[in-house]
Amino acid sequence: MNTATNTVDDHEIAKFQAMAAEWWDPNGKFKPLHMLNPCRLDYITSQIAAEFGRDLTADAPFAGLRILDIGCGGGLLAEPMARLGADVVGADAAERNIPVAQVHAEESGLTIDYRHTTAEAMAAAGEQFDVVLNMEVVEHVADPQAYLTACQQLLKPGGLHICSTINRNPKSFAMAIVGAEYVMRWLPKGTHEWNKFITPNELFSLIERAGLTPVDRKGFVFNPITWSWSLSDRDLSVNYVTAATKP
Amino acid sequence: MTHDTDILIVGGGLNGPTLALALAQVGLRSIVLDALPADVRQADGFDGRSYALALSSTRMLDALGLWGKLAANAQPMLQIKASDGRAGEGPSPWFLHFDHAEIEEGPMGHMLEDRYLRQTLLTAMSETPLVRHLPGSRVIAQGTGTVTLEDGRTLRARLVVGADGRASGTAARAGIKRTGWDYGQTALVCAIRHEKPHGGIAHQFFMPAGPLAILPLPGDRCSIVWSETHDMAAQIMAMSDADYLDVLRPRFGDFLGQISLAGQRYCYPLSLSIANAFVAPRLALVGDAAHGVHPIAGQGLNMGLRDVAALAEVLTDAKRRGEDFAASDVLARYQSWRRFDTAALAVATDTFNKLFSNDNPLLRAGRDIGMGIVGAMPGLRRGFIRQAAGLTGDLPRLLQGRAL
Repeated sequence: MNTATNTVDDHEIAKFQAMAAEWWDPNGKFKPLHMLNPCRLDYITSQIAAEFGRDLTADAPFAGLRILDIGCGGGLLAEPMARLGADVVGADAAERNIPVAQVHAEESGLTIDYRHTTAEAMAAAGEQFDVVLNMEVVEHVADPQAYLTACQQLLKPGGLHICSTINRNPKSFAMAIVGAEYVMRWLPKGTHEWNKFITPNELFSLIERAGLTPVDRKGFVFNPITWSWSLSDRDLSVNYVTAATKP
Repeated sequence: MTHDTDILIVGGGLNGPTLALALAQVGLRSIVLDALPADVRQADGFDGRSYALALSSTRMLDALGLWGKLAANAQPMLQIKASDGRAGEGPSPWFLHFDHAEIEEGPMGHMLEDRYLRQTLLTAMSETPLVRHLPGSRVIAQGTGTVTLEDGRTLRARLVVGADGRASGTAARAGIKRTGWDYGQTALVCAIRHEKPHGGIAHQFFMPAGPLAILPLPGDRCSIVWSETHDMAAQIMAMSDADYLDVLRPRFGDFLGQISLAGQRYCYPLSLSIANAFVAPRLALVGDAAHGVHPIAGQGLNMGLRDVAALAEVLTDAKRRGEDFAASDVLARYQSWRRFDTAALAVATDTFNKLFSNDNPLLRAGRDIGMGIVGAMPGLRRGFIRQAAGLTGDLPRLLQGRAL
């Protein structure tokens, strides 16, 4: 390797480090995801623990589990899963996210297999996982049914699929598009298209048609007084999450 | 990057070791850096210092497996009597009387001598493999997640916790400024032996110069906390023991018979000192390092233990979610949990003290009537008792006596 290449690499790495810092700044561009993250993690960790009989008070409770995080971004979910002992693959269709996530995992002292690929390509390659995390992705894909079928194929029998998205109703339009994109400017305008949002019943049908058995659903509810998110059994009116198993 | 431990705790008093023991229960490793040498911490004589532990604090010590070793040496506080008084006069007829029979949870609190709490924490640390106690370790410098000791060693951890008191070097080195003021008063603290049994009753007399608290200790002994102006306190501290008792006697009254000193005399200038931030990158403050409040209601240690319980819970929950438990958004949860409580208590004790440390006859009449009204209304009185027992607010799990 000659000196010029090294210089380019160093420059690239510095750029990725800056982007990683941006992804991981709780008050930066990805603030809404950071605010939602503890609540998402509470759901994910408790569902995995229940499904696979793991004790969350133990060290490395997810040891031996192979987990795929689709749409991993900067690694906001992949890193916690690795810290809990899981063998983690993070996949993202956006190529620029991969080195950014890799740089941050290294800084955190974690080993995570980040790949620039899609669920469909991994399914075609015959990859198998105990858990597929499919968080805030399905509302962005062109063909949700084909996509969820690929997710099903990626699971081992007895595997767990966790999928969150945004409901489609006037309230979700007001909150997720007008509120988050235009009023609070938490998200860039055009992040979401309201007609791609999916109701919980539609999602359950899609999941069942993909060959999975839905086992649970909960709402993610934002409380403007405490300025934090919590899980709700009843309120699935905007953000919500589902769990399904592969028979 | 390798770490010497998960958490470096600067300060070997009461909050630091308690935090280390709580975190060990959830598998987190700590090093407790204590500037004092081991023999000072281990001294087993009674030095006159003691604490009024709120019910929630004893529940927390129980959840940490410590209360069983302490209970035999603790004095339950069965009643609290608060009244307005002037030196040489009996208490005003309008006084407040709080009885533990009015709340279901049992005694409002316990009095415990410093030596028992200190020694129990030392023993527990030595028996806990995840805790390393380094006495005689003075910190001279710190970075983000690191501290450098006087002997030149630099230790690295995921999180540094400052539990080093109101003059916290940890906070200062992190560039955290403080807000506060001097009260113009000095607290005088001593333990006395008396002739008649105290019956587990704590008294608080509101004197013009400041409050006088009489808190029951096991045997016929009480812990006394009173305050005077700085000048008067300096004069009293310079007196012989016999003259000191002569000054105390008219303030104290004769309801417990003859009194004598039962330990050393201490004095503490009273000031409020609150850190402008409780957290910084990879750093959190607990106890007086975060907030030194006026000790009028005996809430200093209780508030410190609330910090410890809240921080331990925030870190535990983050660890179980797989989060980086020392990330800034995690530490921000601890800060927002504790700041409101701290500000509320600082303002309340400050206002309370200004109202009661006053010889204005109108104010005296007003507070006599006010206390009579509170005393006549059971609901309001129960509220005060529950507040004093530490049973109000958004309680961390440890303060409810539950495991982390």
